[in-house]
Amino acid sequence: MHKPRPGLIFQLFLKASRVQKKRAALTIASIAWGTLSLLLLLAFGEGLNISIVRGMNGMGSNLTVLWPGTTSLIWKGLPAGRPVRPTIEDVALLRERVPNLEEVSGEIHRGDVPVNYGKISTNADVKGVTFGFGKIRNHIPKPGGRFLDAMDEGQRRRVAFLGDKIAEKIFGKQNPVGKEISLDKIPYTVIGVMVPKVTMGNYIGMDKDQISIPITTFRAQFGTDKLQVLVVKPDNPAHMDLVLDELHKTLGAKYGFDPTDKRVFGIWNTVETGRMTRNILMGIQIFLGIIGALTLLIGGVGVANIMYAVVKERIKEIGVKMALGARRRWVTGPIVLEGMMYTFLGGVIGLIMAMGVIIVLDQIPTRGNEALALLGKPTLSIQIGMVSAAILGMIGMIAGYFPARRAASINPAETLRYE
Amino acid sequence: MLFGNFFNSGKNNHPVENGEVIRLEGLSKVYGVGKVEIEALKGVDLKVRQGEMVAITGPSGSGKSTLMNLIGCLDTATSGSYRLRGETVSGLGREELAEIRNRRVGFIFQSFNLLPQITAYENVEMPLLFGGIPRRKRREKIMELMARVGLSERVNHKPTELSGGQMQRVAIARALAMDPDIILADEPTGNLDTSSGGDIMNLFQDLWNQGRTILVITHDPALARRAPRQVEIRDGRVTQDNRR
Repeated sequence: MHKPRPGLIFQLFLKASRVQKKRAALTIASIAWGTLSLLLLLAFGEGLNISIVRGMNGMGSNLTVLWPGTTSLIWKGLPAGRPVRPTIEDVALLRERVPNLEEVSGEIHRGDVPVNYGKISTNADVKGVTFGFGKIRNHIPKPGGRFLDAMDEGQRRRVAFLGDKIAEKIFGKQNPVGKEISLDKIPYTVIGVMVPKVTMGNYIGMDKDQISIPITTFRAQFGTDKLQVLVVKPDNPAHMDLVLDELHKTLGAKYGFDPTDKRVFGIWNTVETGRMTRNILMGIQIFLGIIGALTLLIGGVGVANIMYAVVKERIKEIGVKMALGARRRWVTGPIVLEGMMYTFLGGVIGLIMAMGVIIVLDQIPTRGNEALALLGKPTLSIQIGMVSAAILGMIGMIAGYFPARRAASINPAETLRYE
Repeated sequence: MLFGNFFNSGKNNHPVENGEVIRLEGLSKVYGVGKVEIEALKGVDLKVRQGEMVAITGPSGSGKSTLMNLIGCLDTATSGSYRLRGETVSGLGREELAEIRNRRVGFIFQSFNLLPQITAYENVEMPLLFGGIPRRKRREKIMELMARVGLSERVNHKPTELSGGQMQRVAIARALAMDPDIILADEPTGNLDTSSGGDIMNLFQDLWNQGRTILVITHDPALARRAPRQVEIRDGRVTQDNRR
């Protein structure tokens, strides 16, 4: 008997609405503006998100970086405070002993090494690295070059892999691959140059400024085999803790320290920091969304306002419809629908404007400007679209609901009595 | 002579049924304005039979508008009972009252109260839409009613394109759309010139002759005196109930 009959509500909406163009246009504009703000804020948040995640992965993903330090616990009669200094050989040991390991690399750095190429001379940070370093630390060679391999390491070859910035500094626009440079007067052949990358995290300087050589060659030239840094990557980020435990056990057995001593190594677990960063980014995105939603809410207040005016203007008509037997929802439905229509139109216009702005911003070059590069490109995603549509829909409903409730509370007896 | 040869026709040859359409017993209405309470109706007893035409008169503030609202189910009584064709109306909720207004009461107002932005056709259609009548039946009914009020050629005109008399005829067609038990007319000729008012009254007489139950509210005793039955309200009570 009491069927909802949404078709009737729509029919009544078509019969009842007399759109006042100027007023409607202003309201739609305010919703469009709010939608534009919301979408742009979320799009910038998304762009920031993408560039930060890309930057985090620039150093390599799912890594733990370890710096050898000193023991903090007494172990088998040995005092705390003893330094632990793993050597080049320990990299092979770890590769053999630690399960669930995708790769481990060791490195030794030396800063301000004189570098010469023809008449050009400069200084650079030279790092001796084990061959697995390139893969996990994202040192991708430009076409025509390669990274250091096991053979280079085994044969102590004098080969060098250049960071993109130091390569440009020495060679300018020339192709460095195959050229000979000298590192502290010893000649090396350049075998590759790193593809430029965005890197958020780093330790001991930036990859783009550094020259990588085989760690064995490094030991031969600079006379040290004590590792400054170990980098491990598990086969799966979930295995990170397991891998770190095994690493501590292996090295603890060899160097005599408590495997539960977490302060032997300085530890930077990028899985953990990555998770934190993602949470922060999520927080930023929510914050931006709230600001955008509040801006949109102002537009919603505008819609509610115009619908209140509509109810006031049509109070007599509403009374007449009630006298003719209109149910509550047949009176409120068309009003909610009209409010939703303004919201929807405003939302569509706002979306089109936002897409326009994003296309224009996409034309602005960001290369060379780190701040702009970090801000990334504002990006609209399906999730942003859905979130915005949900917020818009909610605001539209609320904006229509309160005026509609007012309409429903109209007493037909009173509105019909007076002329 | 608005009601000329209508209420006074004296012929009264329409079929009279004795079924009771309206029965009010001790109906009272109190309006609360803050702490001040105004008793608009103080226990009204009234019975109206099928096919009767009743003029309800009284000075302004007498309570006749309140009575009209209660009979029309636009408002609910504070106490007392109201039966409309045997069904107890008092105590029903808003939505049920809306349905009763839709199916059983036809309103005619002094100021016509047509919806201005839609055509005469759509105005008459409105109660049929609310009543859930299918499109084809709506169309038949509307065309029949518009023909009966003599406006077949004006179905697609908007109220602003019609004269006052024509508007009131559209309103009458609208009031008849759902074949209501009672027709409630509130000063139906109050905004019309003499000639259109006369037309409207002729229409009422036709309806009455067809056995419709009609209540006309008017503050003008001269008009009311021409109705077969006059009920006078004063100070919230029925003070006179004269049948001719």
